[in-house]
Amino acid sequence: MIAQNIGFWIIATVMIFAALRVVTTNNVVHAALWLVVVLAGAAAQYILLAAEFVAVTQVLVYIGAVMVLFLFGTMLTRAKIGTESDLNNSYKKLGIPVALVMLVAMGVALVSSFGDEKLPQTATVVSTQEISDQIFGPYLLPFWALSFVLLAAVVGAIVLARKD
Amino acid sequence: MFVNQFLFLAAVLFCIGVYGVVARKNAVLMLMSIELILNSVNINLLTFSLRNGTTDGHIFALYIIAVAAAEVGVGLGLVLLVYRNKKTISVDDLSEMRG
Repeated sequence: MIAQNIGFWIIATVMIFAALRVVTTNNVVHAALWLVVVLAGAAAQYILLAAEFVAVTQVLVYIGAVMVLFLFGTMLTRAKIGTESDLNNSYKKLGIPVALVMLVAMGVALVSSFGDEKLPQTATVVSTQEISDQIFGPYLLPFWALSFVLLAAVVGAIVLARKD
Repeated sequence: MFVNQFLFLAAVLFCIGVYGVVARKNAVLMLMSIELILNSVNINLLTFSLRNGTTDGHIFALYIIAVAAAEVGVGLGLVLLVYRNKKTISVDDLSEMRG
């Protein structure tokens, strides 16, 4: 438990720092690479939460596929790779109070709801078999709907980006 | 480990993502901030799944990952289309529909 706690705090600190860099850096490619750090940290937190299948899926889908999409998007939309000055809009200062108010509101709600409640000590890792039993059992209909969403997204993305 | 330490991590990431969506003008960076928000929600779902001893949160997290992948695909397709037509992806310059 102590080792898990130390791991949690190290990963959480790295994640928060990387997330701040994602929203403050002046280089689009650097932002994408900092986002990789956040996503990998999230995968590590999923393992701490006994969700190994979701963690592996996170690495495959996000770090493998979504980041390649982001880098291609950066590459195709501007030739310039490097520092840019006009990435933020004029409401940049307004974002800080908005985020702080939301954080305080959520923090108060979390402290009053959960206080110092602890996670169960003897958590068993959720196996892939249990997840597949759920997906192909009670969650079959949402799974079909999700398949159609992905199909529509694939077709739609090709139609949008295609040159006529 | 406390329930709240994971929930607070998710809340901080969520607020950083919201700041990114508000402050950024580049469309690709806005999509990245949206990814931050979706990931914080996934951490919440898995925390509650462990707390309640069920696997439902895992299913929701997997579905969110799939929907996020679809969203990024369509979003970047839109960004490419906007760039081809206007030679910019600054969302401040897309004001044709302003009344």
